Amino acid sequence: MKSLILIIIGGALINNVVLNQFLGICSFLGVSRQMKASASLGVAVIFVLTIASAVASLLYDFVLQPLGLDFMKTIVFILVIAALVQIVEMFLKKTSPAIYQALGIFLPLITTNCAVLGVALTNVQNGYNFIESVLSGFGTALGYTLAIVLLASIRTRICEEDLPEPLRGAPIVLISAALMSIAFMGFSGLSF
Amino acid sequence: MNKYVERLYNGLIKENPTLVLMLGMCPTLAVSTQAMNGIGMGLSTTAVLILSNLVISLLRKSIPDEVRLPSYIVIVASLVTVTELLMEAYVPSVYEALGIYIPLIVVNCIILGRAEAYANKNTPLLSVMDGLGMGLGFTVALTLAGLVREVLGSGTAFGFRVLPESIEPIGIFIQPPGAFLVIALFIVIMNAIGIKTRQKKLVEGCDGCCSKCSSACEKSGEGSAK
Repeated sequence: MKSLILIIIGGALINNVVLNQFLGICSFLGVSRQMKASASLGVAVIFVLTIASAVASLLYDFVLQPLGLDFMKTIVFILVIAALVQIVEMFLKKTSPAIYQALGIFLPLITTNCAVLGVALTNVQNGYNFIESVLSGFGTALGYTLAIVLLASIRTRICEEDLPEPLRGAPIVLISAALMSIAFMGFSGLSF
Repeated sequence: MNKYVERLYNGLIKENPTLVLMLGMCPTLAVSTQAMNGIGMGLSTTAVLILSNLVISLLRKSIPDEVRLPSYIVIVASLVTVTELLMEAYVPSVYEALGIYIPLIVVNCIILGRAEAYANKNTPLLSVMDGLGMGLGFTVALTLAGLVREVLGSGTAFGFRVLPESIEPIGIFIQPPGAFLVIALFIVIMNAIGIKTRQKKLVEGCDGCCSKCSSACEKSGEGSAK
């Protein structure tokens, strides 16, 4: 039980997927301009990443591993993720149009979010079983959501500041991310 | 200028994928802890980019438009798997150092971006040159970032000591925050000396990472260039 909780905390705080492992940077920098969009993307990522980890883990344990097709995992995982995002999109459209509307363009974008493929591959590398993979996916997505919501709130403040011209736009966002990353380094004290 | 040489110039300087277009930020930030890692990552991405541009350009008339993105992803993923296996066999030290970021070349936006924006409309030879130019531009930017971080963070360059022992290296530069700081610094310098980066578009939320908006970006990019 303790190790399962550690997997979630490790994914969310200690090895934060964005600030520590640099996965999903594109959407982290691109979408974090607005609070609402960031929160929606965060929810979508939690949703997709948890399901993708579960499916990838099952596929690896019951298809790829027994057939000795270990080397095919990158190709299989990326296709599964792409298909999964499509299915989730169609499912949400039918069952809960409200959530589908709220997520909008962010749902299809998740296919190219390298955090999803990254987590699926890391789970396999670490030899996680099904439950551990799901929790690791959930924890990582939680960390992603935390980071992007925090950055979005910082950026709404930055908008109102009078910055020197060359710093405007991407540089100040990257510097904010650097400061957040330093703060998150403090969590490494939690690993025991 | 010769149109083949022009592709090289375009990739290396005019539209440098990392510093000007700001694509492929994940590997740039992650593996730039040492200059050597930058070269390893840059060259493996270049190899994949050249081959994927070649294959996609050759198949551009036979891939139906509706399923082109899945087809590209399969082509790129196969090439990346081949590269990964070759690296594991012949350069195990580089393979160890780059780790998870080698299979993640599949989702590097530069590769899908070039397929969508260039290789599916141009001849194989031009596409290969485009891949070479973009790949080298990426390699140069990665190596540069790696060099700055390595010198500041551990006092060495390509593994050789350049700063005297008496100067304490600034450890934060080889830690994750250093990556954000160094790239931010690069962009500030480029802004200050007046090289236009694509940062405005990044702020708009469409950073070309998604295959769905990369074509829209191309169009708006052409529009704003005029």
